[in-house]
Amino acid sequence: MRRGITATALVAALAMTAAACGGDDGDGGKKSGGKLSGTVTFWDTSNDAEKGTYEKLAKGFEDLHPGVKVKYVNVPFGEANAKFKNAAGGNSGAPDVMRTEVAWVADFANLGYLAPLEGTAALDKQDDFLPQAAASTKFKGKTYAAPQTIDTLALFYNKKMLKEAGVEAPKTFEDVKSAAKKIKSKSGKTGLYLRGDDPYFYLPYLYGEGGDLLDTKKKEITVDDAEGAKAFEVMKDLVDSKAAVTDASDGYNNQLNAFKNGDVAMALDGPWSIEGALQGKQFKNDKGNLGVAPVPGGSARQASPQGGWNLAAYAGSKNLDASYEFIKYMSSAKVQQQTTEKLSLLPTRTSVYDVASVKKNQMVQFFKPAVDKSVQRPWIPEANSLFEPIRLEMQKVLSGKTSPEGGAESIGKAYGKLLKDYK
Amino acid sequence: MAVESGPRAVEAADVTGVRGRGPRPGKNPGRLRRSLSTHWYAWAMVAPVVIVIGVIVGYPLARGVFLSTTNANEANVERTIGVNHIPATYESVGLDNYKAILDDGVFWDRLTWTVIWTVSCVALSFAIGLVLANMLNRKLKGRSFYRMALILPWAVPAFVSVFTWRLLFNEKNGVLNKVLEGGGIDAIPWLNDPTWAKISVIAVNVWLGVPFMLVAMLGGLQSIPGELYEAAEMDGASPWQRFRHVTLPGLRPVATTVVLISSIWTFNMFPVIFLLTRGGPGDATEILVTYAYRLSFVVSPRDFAGSAAWGVLILLLLSLFAVVYRRALRKQGEVW
Repeated sequence: MRRGITATALVAALAMTAAACGGDDGDGGKKSGGKLSGTVTFWDTSNDAEKGTYEKLAKGFEDLHPGVKVKYVNVPFGEANAKFKNAAGGNSGAPDVMRTEVAWVADFANLGYLAPLEGTAALDKQDDFLPQAAASTKFKGKTYAAPQTIDTLALFYNKKMLKEAGVEAPKTFEDVKSAAKKIKSKSGKTGLYLRGDDPYFYLPYLYGEGGDLLDTKKKEITVDDAEGAKAFEVMKDLVDSKAAVTDASDGYNNQLNAFKNGDVAMALDGPWSIEGALQGKQFKNDKGNLGVAPVPGGSARQASPQGGWNLAAYAGSKNLDASYEFIKYMSSAKVQQQTTEKLSLLPTRTSVYDVASVKKNQMVQFFKPAVDKSVQRPWIPEANSLFEPIRLEMQKVLSGKTSPEGGAESIGKAYGKLLKDYK
Repeated sequence: MAVESGPRAVEAADVTGVRGRGPRPGKNPGRLRRSLSTHWYAWAMVAPVVIVIGVIVGYPLARGVFLSTTNANEANVERTIGVNHIPATYESVGLDNYKAILDDGVFWDRLTWTVIWTVSCVALSFAIGLVLANMLNRKLKGRSFYRMALILPWAVPAFVSVFTWRLLFNEKNGVLNKVLEGGGIDAIPWLNDPTWAKISVIAVNVWLGVPFMLVAMLGGLQSIPGELYEAAEMDGASPWQRFRHVTLPGLRPVATTVVLISSIWTFNMFPVIFLLTRGGPGDATEILVTYAYRLSFVVSPRDFAGSAAWGVLILLLLSLFAVVYRRALRKQGEVW
């Protein structure tokens, strides 16, 4: 909207071309007699700032296939996994198409909840997908989803506050600490908001020390190695030295509010928070004040986890043909381009990165290299369950109830119970 | 003596009964038929309830107990998804699940905290409820207004109150800390420090529990005849003595029941803990039921067998508590 008429016109033109191409391919041979019909129920997990755009895009499918009705349902991210499992396992109320977090695909597929997509209309121009995004859609050699958006964590910073304190965007957590000191002495504000309630935010610290959760090739649990403990040490040190503030609950909102109101100068966050941050008083009238830099590194390297969302079809869908078409549409270059333009989310198709409006998008310019270097998570059925033990220990370590070593050790033990064939 | 003669008398009655009715193969069918023919109407009336309770309580219970002796989980139970039918492949593992739980320190840690949580919640809400009920039982101006106001927490859905409390407890923007700040006191990490989090969840649960206690106690107080107080006063009893020797004994039937019910509720009070702290920080405020929930719904594949075993253990603990409690009451001459 705010990018001007030329861009909009260009988008519209491209969109129509893309749609036309898509349509032709789809009707090529699979369906026996003509048009798709029925209802496709779509469970979307996007957040409050994003969901309006997604609903509009999903409804756009109805224009392409007038016989199909799209039933859009927004399911909050936190509940989506359990809700889908309840519905799919109980065989009632599950959606036809589900927006699944990258770590959920293997789990759902392992339980038999997802329809394999090979040879269906859903997988369109597979070569175009970024390889690491495509990796998260596969389970035991079959593809169960189409990548829709990819993301990773980065350091969001308040340019003005950093400038006032006379510091550059920090490159390591060590720098974060010294920058925080200067920020505090200058403005009395805290340097960093550290998410203490969400295990996902432990990963940059772990990777930064050169560690990882698991070694899936050697089937080894590595989180309880020295690197895992070191990661906790770094986090605890940031909190204890007052360089960072943290919470054991409501972290997402607390972080976003603290950052956009200028109570903290920095926060680790992903592209999904860009829209929300820009609405805050620090950035509303000065969008350029929002700085984004790669996640700070630890003593070994600088790395963040790969995240994102895929689209999967429920194996029990009564309308699989339409569901496949819907997945194809929602993962198409056209739709991905629109989500980037409206929400600054990152496309999973290489071709979309060549589109002018995407190329111009500052957040894409920043996040794309970060995504390229992001660390793939273990794409195993238990991938999502790996987080709970971290959450538990992270809070214990940050509140001083457990030592960093003890915390890492307990996570390793919990993984041992979870992953029977791992050492 | 009475104990010894009891069974013999029954035996004798049975023997004559069978003889009197001629040659029948067993005594049970005869008795059953007899009771059916005389009480069929009662049976017919009760049948729907029996069936409904059997379906909604009995079957799940039996199935839960059965599952707790297997290794059933989300991946190996029978299910039909679209055209795929996945057969059940779980097998019996005997009491392994129970053994694993009882061997694990986690269970005992959680049990200790659950007991502390239950006892402190019930004791506090009972004490506060009793005091408030006594205050409200007098004739005072605007009594019905106070009563309404004090019952309000009960009228609000639990999740609404709990979410509201969560906002109040918020360390950075919460009202509680803002008030403390105004008084020059450092912010308290209500939900982020293990000890404060425990205090916070207990406070919220007491807040939610007081109205129930209050209503029950008020009812109890009003059923104590005024003559007793008059007589006590005539005898020169002080207010404290009147409270101690008239009010408390008079309240006992209500109080014992209320304490039992409230203990069971608190023991299983899932929403307050789950919604307020999610069991955190770490697992500091996790009680048995929230922990069982986490074990069975957060990991994947969901561990149905393990969660069933936790459920059975919780049920056993509560039954044990109820039996012991009733026995203690019976010793005091209470009929319940």
